[in-house]
Amino acid sequence: MKARTLLDKLWDSHVIQQYENGWALLHIDRQLLHDLSGTASLNALSARGLSVHNPELVYATPDHAVSSAPGRDAFTYETGGRLWERLHNLTRQENIRFFDIGQQGHGIVHVMAPELGLVLPGLTVICGDSHTCTNGALGALAFGVGSSELAHALATQTLKQRKPKSMRIRFEGALSADVTAKDLILYTIGRLGASAGTGYAVEYTGPVIRQLSMEQRMTLCNLSIEFGAKMGFIAPDQTTFDYIKGRRYAPRGDIWDQACEAWLTLNSDGDAQFDSEVVINASDVGQMITWGISPEQVICVDQNIPDVDASLDDSVRTARQAAAEYMGLTPGTPLAGTPVDRVFIGSCTNARLSDLVEAAQVVQGQHVAGHVDAWIVPGSEEVKQEAQALGLDVVFKSAGFEWREPGCSMCVAANGEIGRSGERIVSTTNRNFVGRQGPGVRTHLASPRVAAACALAGVITGTIGG
Amino acid sequence: MDKIRIIEGCVANLRRDNLDTDTIIRIERLSTIERSQLGQYAFEALRYGKDGEADPSFPYNQAMFAHAPILMAGKNFGCGSSREGAVWSLVSLGVRCIIAPSFGEIFHNNCFQNGVLPIILPERTITSIELQTSQGHALTVNLETQQILLPDGNVIGFEIDARRRDALLEGRDDIEQTLTQDAEIYAWQAQDRQARPWVWLHTKHNQ
Repeated sequence: MKARTLLDKLWDSHVIQQYENGWALLHIDRQLLHDLSGTASLNALSARGLSVHNPELVYATPDHAVSSAPGRDAFTYETGGRLWERLHNLTRQENIRFFDIGQQGHGIVHVMAPELGLVLPGLTVICGDSHTCTNGALGALAFGVGSSELAHALATQTLKQRKPKSMRIRFEGALSADVTAKDLILYTIGRLGASAGTGYAVEYTGPVIRQLSMEQRMTLCNLSIEFGAKMGFIAPDQTTFDYIKGRRYAPRGDIWDQACEAWLTLNSDGDAQFDSEVVINASDVGQMITWGISPEQVICVDQNIPDVDASLDDSVRTARQAAAEYMGLTPGTPLAGTPVDRVFIGSCTNARLSDLVEAAQVVQGQHVAGHVDAWIVPGSEEVKQEAQALGLDVVFKSAGFEWREPGCSMCVAANGEIGRSGERIVSTTNRNFVGRQGPGVRTHLASPRVAAACALAGVITGTIGG
Repeated sequence: MDKIRIIEGCVANLRRDNLDTDTIIRIERLSTIERSQLGQYAFEALRYGKDGEADPSFPYNQAMFAHAPILMAGKNFGCGSSREGAVWSLVSLGVRCIIAPSFGEIFHNNCFQNGVLPIILPERTITSIELQTSQGHALTVNLETQQILLPDGNVIGFEIDARRRDALLEGRDDIEQTLTQDAEIYAWQAQDRQARPWVWLHTKHNQ
């Protein structure tokens, strides 16, 4: 039999009907709904008089438009409250599990779903959210869709999709101390460019991947879409099984054993051929931070902002000039030392327990610079409670951070939590686009460690070297 | 969904690489503004100055291009967020066809769900179209023949996936069509419950 990639195995096992040119009707094993696209899709179904095909495979939580203010309720941000209400009512009507704010299980959809054991290896998982690729860390075929495709999946439990090409990114070497999965993937995006993954499903492999914790793998897979790949995944291994075992909705007993046996076959055959192969030496990676308005505009914290000179391709030069202008920076000069107004530690990229632990290690016993507003927004209710049990909330609060309630908050700024025009924010999130965190706001993406260091110093800095 | 066969009109030029869906439409607009009214908020960060004044250099602020049905964009247009509102805002603006060297994949899918034709052409071809259309001369895009008629009378062909093309030509809705295959879907699920019982552990909520 022809050697198969992990993509082939994940894809082929979900084909209900094969069409021409690589198109297939794929079974969808899990849909995750949030308060923006989930509400929109359920509304679209109900407007057409259709009901949900398999409500037991659908899970909802409000994350995008809920306030993260301490003591919040669903209506603290009123516009979000209206979305919350519709999601709440429609999920009740359709018998869909709804993980409400303040309850166990609530959180950013890509934090709570793995945490509850809803996402398992070998599953197809979709959500009306481009960062659904995060869930590929567990060996799932997980991808974001628009609300029309989500409505199709809700009505039929299937999607018509064309099989993507396969790309393997192999990470050789080893990460240096204080360098994280966030740095590794930002470095990779900088090397490959923001559209290198378009049309591909990416499998991340190599010794570095095997060393990463599940949470770090989620951070890595989360940014797949930032170089254009709708899906990015990692073959499951013992780390994956250990992470899933015992979680609220995970299989148990005989079915657990049966599942693990099947999951062990979810890897690319040794001689499988990929449409594209990339090798990255992780030993070359330092602490990274974006300087521009695309995740590909990224440098090591101690490097200069790239120069704009006549030798560059027209489109690169124009893009760099526009980025430097928007960001209020001068090409060819150091980024480190630039004053920072805000620090945001949160999002489906970097708001899991280990992220908060790393940030707390940097912060411990020190204080946020006087001019900086610094926020911690845990990724889920469970992360919040576990962090509190470890006393991290006290570490952060005594350092001058605000300790807030779980949700997407300033990552996507859909809940009224936005920066002021011209403000410079170091953020552990995934997008530094123009206006992403509010009109005129300047976003620098970095790891929790680097963000914490910036909060203390009040300027852009790392934690390695001078 | 409206059928598409021929799109004819002038071309708004926005050739800037990596123009993301956040820049196409701010997320906050999607929770407060009706879909049909989103056009006035499309590209607002690029289109209006700090005090809300219209930037005269932005094509959709110019009388000639204010209703241009064809948008010419840069590489990786529509990257980023999966928000379908990005396409809705362009539809509301009057856009029916987008020509770019490459697209963000989810945005590209969303175009087809909303009767918008995305066409991929090489940079140099786009540059030649730009030279002929910058003064407001019209293009005629024919989806059926997969050809673009240029103002100078020359014709350029374009590639498009046959399934996608047919769906646009017919204004086809996939949900209705897939529902006719429901028996097959249930049969697949029945065998999958045996093969992968761990996928099927949960019952409907409240039942």
